[in-house]
Amino acid sequence: MRVWQRHLTVYTKLYKSSFALNFAEPILYLTAMGLGLGAFVTQINGMPYINFIAPGIIASSSMFAVIYECTYGTYVRIVFQKTFEAILATPVNIDDLIAGEMIWGATKSILYGTTIIIVISLFGLVASPLIILVIPLLFISGIIFAEISLIVVAKVPGIDSFNYFYTLVMTPMFLFSGIFFPLDSMPPIVTKIAFFTPLYHLVNICRSFSSGNAYNVVGDLVWLMIVAAILAPYPFRLMRKRVIN
Amino acid sequence: MAIVIANRLVKDYGTVRAVDSIDFEIADGEFFGFLGPNGAGKTTVMRVVYCFIQPTSGDVSIFGMNVIESPSRIKARIGVMPQENNLDPDLSVLENLIVYARYFDIPKKVSLPRAWELLDFVALREKADVKIEHLSGGMKHRLLLARSLINNPELLILDEPTTGLDPRSRHSVWDKLNQLKAKGMTLVLTTHYMEEAEKLCDRVAIMDLGKIVAIDTPTNLIAMHGGNLEDVYLKLTGRKLIGDRVES
Repeated sequence: MRVWQRHLTVYTKLYKSSFALNFAEPILYLTAMGLGLGAFVTQINGMPYINFIAPGIIASSSMFAVIYECTYGTYVRIVFQKTFEAILATPVNIDDLIAGEMIWGATKSILYGTTIIIVISLFGLVASPLIILVIPLLFISGIIFAEISLIVVAKVPGIDSFNYFYTLVMTPMFLFSGIFFPLDSMPPIVTKIAFFTPLYHLVNICRSFSSGNAYNVVGDLVWLMIVAAILAPYPFRLMRKRVIN
Repeated sequence: MAIVIANRLVKDYGTVRAVDSIDFEIADGEFFGFLGPNGAGKTTVMRVVYCFIQPTSGDVSIFGMNVIESPSRIKARIGVMPQENNLDPDLSVLENLIVYARYFDIPKKVSLPRAWELLDFVALREKADVKIEHLSGGMKHRLLLARSLINNPELLILDEPTTGLDPRSRHSVWDKLNQLKAKGMTLVLTTHYMEEAEKLCDRVAIMDLGKIVAIDTPTNLIAMHGGNLEDVYLKLTGRKLIGDRVES
């Protein structure tokens, strides 16, 4: 909790610069893909292309917020700033510290996801007020992405190794998550692989709520909760090894 | 009464034995020093004492509590001044103290007046709103000292508190440490400067290759082995202490 507060204190100092970018990126995507590509692809699943991708942007934007924070951010705090070492000389122990990083990651997920929800709602791209229900679920997905990031941080030999993670894991997941096109147009294997990625389920949830379909999300939600729970012990175990030795 | 008691303390890093079965006790109100070259195991001993790493074997108790069983309760009563600067670069000078106090669950209405008091103590009041990167090396050291005092510690651990400082800043740190000792605080320091140990410490443990080769007052060590602490070290280990002499 104290660790989370530290991150909030830092964030509130820096938010002016990062918050503007927060709006800028999704608008760029929406304009480029939605209007640019949307001029050729007029409709997907019976809706204008820009309306199709808008809910997916909630998912991807919240995901990248967490991933950046808990890979580069956490790594810099451990290795370059030695912030972890300083904090561990206080009554805060390593488990509190890792929990703080994870909950802060999930907080950013909510913060960034909510920003996008506001933006796309203002653009009139959301059909249903049920979209509000996405906000608490961004916490669960945020925890998963934080868990994955911290496991990566605990394992990488150096900061350059994150490139592999981004190129080989994050980018494919981003492209084949169903944000930009429905996966049923792809060979079935793609859908099968996508099923094992958290982003795919988060995109499904966002899109269902956005179009007012509350019942479709149950399976995806259960998937996210189970995976969040399965991954939970690993960041603690691996980071303890990394930081203490 | 002993505040720190270590019995047969061993710490291995993989196959390397950094600390090799050492015993020592540090009394309440004492200024205790670990003297030795880099790699002697001093920092490892400190890290065990402030519960950052766990001993491989042996018992270490602080304030009567075991370091493995109650690290958080021990750490609440300890102040640590690390060897390397680990101030929070995302925060200002004053914020560094307030946020650090929060890790000890000290509320802002208590930590704020305390932080100002400490900034006065280390002569950094006018730098309160400055970012860490704009401080000089000596100022960062003084701020680290102030931060280590934010929880009113009973035991202060100083890992090479003056390494890399110019003589003037070094004397200013020594002066502060003597003031703290006069208030009854227990202090433990590591150093590879003979003069620092001789000037400040009530008792000194001389470390070499993970072992303690002698523990006594600087006066006794010099009386027994002759010369100054540097000669004592040479006599006990057969080697010269690596590290620069300090001009006073």
